[in-house]
Amino acid sequence: MPVAEVTAVTHGQGSSQHAAQHVAHQFVDADQQHEAGTLGMWIFLVTEIMFFGGLFAAYAIYRGLYLPAFEFGSRLLDIRLGTTNTAVLIASSLTMALAVHSAQTGKRKALIAFLLLTMVFGATFLGIKAHEYVHKWDDFLVPGLRFAPTEALPAGVTLPNLQLFFCFYFFMTALHALHMIIGLGIMTVLVIQARRGRFSADYYAPIEISGLYWHFVDIVWIFLFPLLYLIGGRY
Amino acid sequence: MSQHIVPVKTYVAVFLALLCLTALTAGVAFINLGAMNTVVALVIAVTKMLLVILIFMHVKYSSRLTKIVIVAAFFWLGLLLTFTLTDVFTRHWTPSPSDWGPSISAPAPREK
Amino acid sequence: MSTAVAEVPVATPVNYLNAKYGIRSWLLTTDHKRIALLYLVSITFMFFIGGAAATLMRMHLITPGGALVQPETYNKLFSIHGIVMVFFFMIPSIPAVLGNFLVPMMVGAKDLAFPRINLLSWYIYVVGALFTLYAILAGGVDTGWTFYTPYSSTYANSHVIAAALGVFVSGFSSILTGLNFIVTIHKMRAPGLTWFRMPLFLWAIYATSIIMVLGTPVVAITIVLVALERLLHVGIFDPKLGGDPLLFQHLFWFYSHPAVYIMVLPGMGVVSELIACFSRKRIFGYSFVAFSSLAIAVISFLVWGHHMFVTGQSIYAGLIFSLLSFLVAIPSAIKVFNWTATLYKGSISYQAPMLYALGFIGLFTMGGLTGLFLASLATDVHLNGTYFIVAHFHYIMVGGTVMAYMGGLHFWWPKITGRMYSDAWARFAALLIFVGFNLTFFPQFMLGYLGMPRRYATYPAEFQVLNVMSSAGASILGIGYLIPLVYFIYSMRYGPIAGPNPWRATGLEWQTPSPPPTENFEETPVVTEEAYAYAQMAPPAAVAGGNAGG
Repeated sequence: MPVAEVTAVTHGQGSSQHAAQHVAHQFVDADQQHEAGTLGMWIFLVTEIMFFGGLFAAYAIYRGLYLPAFEFGSRLLDIRLGTTNTAVLIASSLTMALAVHSAQTGKRKALIAFLLLTMVFGATFLGIKAHEYVHKWDDFLVPGLRFAPTEALPAGVTLPNLQLFFCFYFFMTALHALHMIIGLGIMTVLVIQARRGRFSADYYAPIEISGLYWHFVDIVWIFLFPLLYLIGGRY
Repeated sequence: MSQHIVPVKTYVAVFLALLCLTALTAGVAFINLGAMNTVVALVIAVTKMLLVILIFMHVKYSSRLTKIVIVAAFFWLGLLLTFTLTDVFTRHWTPSPSDWGPSISAPAPREK
Repeated sequence: MSTAVAEVPVATPVNYLNAKYGIRSWLLTTDHKRIALLYLVSITFMFFIGGAAATLMRMHLITPGGALVQPETYNKLFSIHGIVMVFFFMIPSIPAVLGNFLVPMMVGAKDLAFPRINLLSWYIYVVGALFTLYAILAGGVDTGWTFYTPYSSTYANSHVIAAALGVFVSGFSSILTGLNFIVTIHKMRAPGLTWFRMPLFLWAIYATSIIMVLGTPVVAITIVLVALERLLHVGIFDPKLGGDPLLFQHLFWFYSHPAVYIMVLPGMGVVSELIACFSRKRIFGYSFVAFSSLAIAVISFLVWGHHMFVTGQSIYAGLIFSLLSFLVAIPSAIKVFNWTATLYKGSISYQAPMLYALGFIGLFTMGGLTGLFLASLATDVHLNGTYFIVAHFHYIMVGGTVMAYMGGLHFWWPKITGRMYSDAWARFAALLIFVGFNLTFFPQFMLGYLGMPRRYATYPAEFQVLNVMSSAGASILGIGYLIPLVYFIYSMRYGPIAGPNPWRATGLEWQTPSPPPTENFEETPVVTEEAYAYAQMAPPAAVAGGNAGG
């Protein structure tokens, strides 16, 4: 097909010199890079939705089959710690959003502060989670490794079915925690780069994109919390 | 393409809403609504998710492509859930011959 | 590698092959074209590993009692053949080799959206392959490539976790490749390149990428659950502990059925390009072909239960899956009709790429039609677990995809290497492959219909003649695959220099030198015409450097 070769057309305004420094060679301009990066992160989050989704699907099926066991297992979880953790993670989402806002408005110190605060909240969440895990170990509620609950099983609850609940509890929260640890690693890199002055009101795409990842991790917990802790018939 | 900047006030408002919804869902867990407990919990969770997606993740101000991508992801997850659940919960509609033993898919809990 | 020998000494132009030398420049490259070649080498290696397993199987099956190996070993052979071929050859082949090389060029870009993620993709593939090779060398895995539970999760004594890890890791390679393609096609098309001016290969790659991104994570998490069950002895899929083996199958096939479309859709994309070029005609019904790719991507996710008709699935779910499986045949048929209509009154030539494309159309159609017997509940009860299934999917995957892959390699080889191979040898190899393929797999339809089960190391004596025919065909097929290895490698050193466009094809990739420079285009091209503007092409001048008519 006949093509006319012309110089690259620059689209979008606001490509400052600073932004232009950070445009990778395959992109036409900073706007294309930003759009590509954002779309790329959303597609990655789609894969994460399907990744966690497989576990949620399996959980839904076994909950339907073994409702008494899943309800009993849920009651064995510490609802106060779970609720606290939910609030902590929501706070970390707020600080992450404020970090993005600081980047967009060119406030470097605030950006770094909010990133660090997000990491503090994230670490708090993980600390509380670790505490819960230790507690479960002490109570002999770890599937496969140490599973011998001392509580009396209500009617309709068998030991294998209860163990299945705890399989899901541990797998899903551990996978979630792993994603949080990776998120903390990403934020560490962002803090280091922010301190070196890499970001500005014209170039903050990595902050925004990491924010998307962090909010996604929050959303997974928004569903894990009720499904694991809350619908166990605590009345 | 200039990025939309969400005001701090909006973020804080969403944060407070999320906290309230969390308190609500935790509180409802202690009230006996039967099967509706699960429904209410999920409705609240979906509401929280929408707040995070639309405001914290800026999807309200994002392109149509982004919105389609997100909808597609949940639609596909729905496909997985729907078809699999359809199988698991209709297996017992066709009972197996009496000498085959108990079926894994019987809805009433059985001793294994 | 490229030495231009001419009357007047001329400096060799800098292209992506000679821009930098040394192993580091290859192992740390972010150039999509070099990464494509890295993939080419690795998947060819894995292809021959999987082929070795198949060779041993076919040799073993020459006699009813099994001529070669113990039954336990036979189980490992078919498992390894399946795992290696599906995850390490078929799924990456066209996307990772041809897709990586061509997608940026076809959209008019300098590289993919995320070149470093592209390289990471290849490394992840290699790690996955190493896990799998370890599993093979340490003693093999015998669960079948399908890893059905509770055998794989509880009872198997083979290297399930190593193999499962290999598959798990390779899945991420697939996901990242698909992600890269989607973003590139959405965001990096050259000015004037609207969606409906794109070559159909891009539509096919785009649809394939959607499947990769949506399906692969599900099988990944499922494999993790199998590994955890093996390690912790819990009962997620073990009926004795309250688990549901069918849940594994649902989660597994949710990906693995669309995976077969990951394998065939890119092949269909290649065939569209080949048919257009070697008929000198635009593809008939361009939008139908484009939309059918998307339709296949969507509908492919709705049919997975047809793998579970006889494993205890609900009859009602079976009915729904059966109906939807008939539906998924429609977009594929639409493509076949459109290719055929393209051929009609075209100016057809029979170079090697075209032979492969024509072979694809015929063999894919046969494979697809036999799928209808399997989609139908009643006949599937008889045919499931037999060689009919084996023949069905080999007609599509080998008669279809591998043919398309070979056709694509032959078509774009001059662009990739700047050299032309011997078309006479290429045509001979293509015919050998076609004959060998049919001799191998057609008897398997008959065997399956007559009731010979698959994955069995022995068989009743009355099936021996057909089995011997199949094994004989396999040896011809094997030779057919080895011949291109020879002439391709030979051409890289001694082949005639191919010009920028030896086939006089349309497409942005043919507007660059062969081999292309690292950045593909000096300046971003602007597209003003539809995709297959063969009618508007000027007739050929006096033989200019390369209508490789043999």
